[in-house]
Amino acid sequence: MRKKKTEIKIRDAFDHGKAFIGFVTGGDPSMEKSEEFILKMVEAGCDLIEIGIPFSDPIAEGAVIQEANLRALSAGATTDKLFGLAARVREKTDVPLVFLTYVNPVFHYGYDAFCAKCREAGVNGLIIPDLPYEERGELLPFARAHQVEVVSLVAPTSEQRIRAIASEAEGFVYVVSSMGVTGVRNEIKTDLGAMLAQVKAAAKIPAAVGFGVSTPAQAAEIARIADGVIVGSAIVDIIGRYGEDAAEHLYTYVKGMKDAMG
Amino acid sequence: MGKGRYGEHGGQYIPETLMNEIMKLEESYEYYKNDPAFCRELDDLLKNYAGRPSLLYYAGKMTRDLGGAKIYIKREDLNHTGSHKINNVLGQALLAKKMGKTRIIAETGAGQHGVAAATAAALLGLECEIFMGKEDTERQKLNVYRMELLGAKVHPVTTGTMTLKDAVNETMREWTKRVDDTLYVLGSVMGPHPFPMIVRDFQSVISREAREQILEYEGKLPSAVVACVGGGSNAMGMFYNFINDKEVRLIGCEAAGKGIHTDKHAATIAKGSPGIFHGMKSYFCQDEYGQIAPVYSISAGLDYPGIGPEHAHLHDTGRAQYVPVTDEEAVEAFEYLARTEGIICAIESAHAVAHARKIAPGMGKDENIIICLSGRGDKDVAAIARYRGVNLTDE
Repeated sequence: MRKKKTEIKIRDAFDHGKAFIGFVTGGDPSMEKSEEFILKMVEAGCDLIEIGIPFSDPIAEGAVIQEANLRALSAGATTDKLFGLAARVREKTDVPLVFLTYVNPVFHYGYDAFCAKCREAGVNGLIIPDLPYEERGELLPFARAHQVEVVSLVAPTSEQRIRAIASEAEGFVYVVSSMGVTGVRNEIKTDLGAMLAQVKAAAKIPAAVGFGVSTPAQAAEIARIADGVIVGSAIVDIIGRYGEDAAEHLYTYVKGMKDAMG
Repeated sequence: MGKGRYGEHGGQYIPETLMNEIMKLEESYEYYKNDPAFCRELDDLLKNYAGRPSLLYYAGKMTRDLGGAKIYIKREDLNHTGSHKINNVLGQALLAKKMGKTRIIAETGAGQHGVAAATAAALLGLECEIFMGKEDTERQKLNVYRMELLGAKVHPVTTGTMTLKDAVNETMREWTKRVDDTLYVLGSVMGPHPFPMIVRDFQSVISREAREQILEYEGKLPSAVVACVGGGSNAMGMFYNFINDKEVRLIGCEAAGKGIHTDKHAATIAKGSPGIFHGMKSYFCQDEYGQIAPVYSISAGLDYPGIGPEHAHLHDTGRAQYVPVTDEEAVEAFEYLARTEGIICAIESAHAVAHARKIAPGMGKDENIIICLSGRGDKDVAAIARYRGVNLTDE
């Protein structure tokens, strides 16, 4: 049975075991294909979808997602078209949706107008890597008014900041596994256990780990200590490689990751 | 609202990974700027290594030729490494050392900041890596080699428009990978707080000296000070100690490229709109969806789609005025200054010279203007020749 649009929450992603969170850059290679890829990932067991609104200068991204941003922008992606994509996906699935983008496209659109459009399209949250704890206050009143949750990130360098960030976080806490930018890593060196313990002590909401996660073995390991696993670059890399024909490859990949997480 | 605001502008819009490091930097700076030993050491470097104070030169021939206000030129081009960038870099590199860092990274456009950073790193025994847009490495090959001679590693940046904006992106990305031993030595009054404040403080030596010098020579303040603006560090340095002197007009000259009615310019104040990018709220050249626009200028150092937040505020309050200057006007001014005063200035600085040429004739002979000549022009000679259809290479 389908839920009412207003009843869908980010929290839903975590209410049936460990969550697999998948990222695609909206409009890469086209809006139609993004819609197909997202629905395929949901079919494979993806519990929450992050849709990237492409930005000209994505400073937190590594090469793989940078290139996806360029592909999407060159193909004509705009913020308004992304709202359209989200609305079409929302018509077909109850999976929670969040936008990941940089603060300028949101600020330039207008915080109020942007959050109103999110609600209308059925987008449940926002992840903005360059809007840290100290600056998010300018967005929060508008996000709250439109029931859009603003996801906070904690990083390996956050140390004493974790408590404040996690205790005020919304939706889920995005635990950045590694230093640097997004991208596949063979090995995650951060002491994730210790970081998650700090997050868990302060947050009342789930915590999911992202940055550098790509293999089922990594996913299984992280799922033991976190509530969710976030994968971006590995998925975008499949889209980069197979282009319009990526759907089945995405299905196989997501299913493999989800199965590994038990 | 967070820290480091200039009216609405400024702030700290950066990834969480960098927040603690930025806070440590602010704390260290607040401590060392009042530490007598640090100040003595920096003063000594500025005097005995960089060659400060820089001259305030009375450009008599130019004054007579223009027939209006007396023209003074603040000769930042005579500093060691040939531009004002050394003022900031010595301060930040010294700070890096005090913070226990062993490596500095920096972006560069024309290469002046990169050369200055590489120089300071060589002197102070720090590792140095410079990120420079690939297009700029080609426009400024000499400066690339200069940086390498000084022991720095230069990374050509191949993302985006391959110019200054992309060099900043890449340096920020590099910093998020490695903060423990590394300080990002930002070259302009931009980026997240505390950079706009730190760079402004280190550059304010320009107006501190110029104010004393003009009072000594003329017994009164200038009617106007004129400086070129990309991110805006030499302009901020030139303006800062005159901000409270309400009778002194502060004029920043933006790169209008092929004209502000074309899409080939970098005139942020004339054509930009409020935005948040590179860690700061300010004005940016961008499209209707907030995508940062590709910008253009003949000058690699002014080829930047934003402007420092304190400039944005000085614009909002009307305290400073920002005017566009085209490539053609800048090139003419470059040639004019060479012929008239025997000074080959940076093409960036030539934007300020061009505007002074416009306003001086309409001003009284009892008035003075100070032009901030931010750098010397050796690096630009080949590009100016090319602009004039002269090919200096042997190929």
